[in-house]
Amino acid sequence: MSNEVPPVIQQPLSVDRPRLSEKFGCRLSHLKQEVWKFRLSYLFVAPFLIVFTLFVIVPVITGIGLSFTYFNSIEFPKWAGWMNYQNLFSQDVIFLKHVVPNSFKFALFVGPIGYVLAFVLAWLIAQLPSTIRVWYALAMYAPSLTGGIAMVVVWQVMFTGDRTGYINSFLLKWGFIDQPVLFTIDKDYLMIIMIIVSIWSSMGLGFLAILAGILNVDKQLYEAARIDGIRSRLQEIWYITIPMMKPQMLFAAVMAIVGTLKAGGIGTQLSGMNPTPDYSGQLFMNHIDDFGFTRLELGYASAVSIVLLIVTILLSRFLWMLLGPKEDE
Amino acid sequence: MSLFRRIRSSLSHTWSLYRSDFRNMDATQIFLLILLTLLSVFMLLPLVFIFNHAFKPLHELFLFPPTFFVKQGTWQNFIDLLNASQDTFLPVTRFILNSVIVTVLATVGMVILGALCAYPLSKHPFPGRKVIFGVILLSIMIAVETMGIPRYIVVKNLGIMNTYWGHVLPILALPVGVFLLKQFMDQVPNELMEAAKLDGASEWQIFMRIMIPIVTPAMATITILSFQTAWGNSETSALFMQNDAMKTLPFYVESLTSNLANSVARQGVAAAASLIMFIPNLIIFLLSQRKVIQTMAHSGIK
Repeated sequence: MSNEVPPVIQQPLSVDRPRLSEKFGCRLSHLKQEVWKFRLSYLFVAPFLIVFTLFVIVPVITGIGLSFTYFNSIEFPKWAGWMNYQNLFSQDVIFLKHVVPNSFKFALFVGPIGYVLAFVLAWLIAQLPSTIRVWYALAMYAPSLTGGIAMVVVWQVMFTGDRTGYINSFLLKWGFIDQPVLFTIDKDYLMIIMIIVSIWSSMGLGFLAILAGILNVDKQLYEAARIDGIRSRLQEIWYITIPMMKPQMLFAAVMAIVGTLKAGGIGTQLSGMNPTPDYSGQLFMNHIDDFGFTRLELGYASAVSIVLLIVTILLSRFLWMLLGPKEDE
Repeated sequence: MSLFRRIRSSLSHTWSLYRSDFRNMDATQIFLLILLTLLSVFMLLPLVFIFNHAFKPLHELFLFPPTFFVKQGTWQNFIDLLNASQDTFLPVTRFILNSVIVTVLATVGMVILGALCAYPLSKHPFPGRKVIFGVILLSIMIAVETMGIPRYIVVKNLGIMNTYWGHVLPILALPVGVFLLKQFMDQVPNELMEAAKLDGASEWQIFMRIMIPIVTPAMATITILSFQTAWGNSETSALFMQNDAMKTLPFYVESLTSNLANSVARQGVAAAASLIMFIPNLIIFLLSQRKVIQTMAHSGIK
């Protein structure tokens, strides 16, 4: 790239570039000209950016602002400084004892397991002939099409607490248990069920990206590698497939993180209550809803959501470093 | 007659393709096929279940031992769903109508806005485009759902509570959509546009006549994504709609299913409603799945 000759036409102004003192003013007018030249481009971008600003950027900034206040939705927010954050990390027993460990546990299982599973499944499906491939991809993707709400019916009925529940009936029949288990409202089971349900429905956009990435790898590379002495399929995956589809892997990873951290409805939906029984399924989102819409401590709830926001971005950044483009690429 | 013949010939052509594919498989592939079939059955089991559950008559719903497949199918659950009114005296058709209006408006809006935004981001070197794209990329990483409270404040101040705008506008910006479209547009060669420009095409004509036809697969993907987002969205109903007549189907289903595990009533109705929620998603995906896979090949973050 570096030894290419820069296009000459783009810099007609640089011919009579003046001295340092006037350079800034010249830059500004140059920028003005550039902006005017691309006025149409801005027009194209504008509709999206207006909506985006109103409903994403403004809320995030408002949220940051609110997190430093005491706000009960009736009176005008009162400035509280770092108070909310201090309380969150030193006094909020529920947050420290339940929400953080739960979210950590949930994310640790659903995120990596879902991600690895997505890759394995996609790779296996990619080995099939193309005519049948589509149907298997659809089968894996279908659960994520249901979008949470619809599926709660299924899982609630499956895990019904008396003997008419499918899982209970099955376990009773085969003698694993002698009494029906109240799955969704028992604090020992709720978390496990949440994890299973989430993994089941996690083969979404990320899975499709990985599948497409695997299919997109040039077949000739595998042949070349075979000549170079790569023997097993595992070596192929490690040395060719994964490096070739790093961008898709990164996209899928980001989607996995966001999907896991914003999950929260699931526990409440399964058990039918917020807070979940003994806070066993309480995740970040439930905590935010609990404080924001039940106790109306909006400032405090905002602080929790800002913490969640920072965690998400940090995790994404971390993966970016792991999978993202390197300097030499 | 000729149409029928054409369909038959195309069917037999597809079938012969399948047959030759099956014949050419080696032992590993057959093993894989069996393994994946079992897995698919496992993945699809709950979906099959919901189909069956929705058509079960009352006495089959609470049978012991519970049965998986429906024996005497009935539309009773759907009829009950139509007649059922929560505490609100509103028929479910009202929620369905709301959902259809919101979904159509939002999907069309998301796709148009996304395409309009992605085009200059991909092809015009205007000042500030790196910053804009960076912010959009960053916003993919955050979940807007966590911003419920400030979004409530914004919606309230805009005065669009209890209107269709309150449903549509908050979900209209779909950063993932812009991202996918932009990555896809990056593959379109610049020469194509330059040639059109030499022929005197305006920027708008280039966008409509060249860009959009080429990126149809990506547009199809964004349509699915937008549709799924809008159709399954219960957040705007819960937060921004106090008037029950403005709430949408997903919110209604949610209220039907809440605490279902411990109350036996309405199980069949809830299953029927869930089925109505799921079917449109499935149809739209089936119609455009090939294009989706094609698009996702360019989904990488580079």
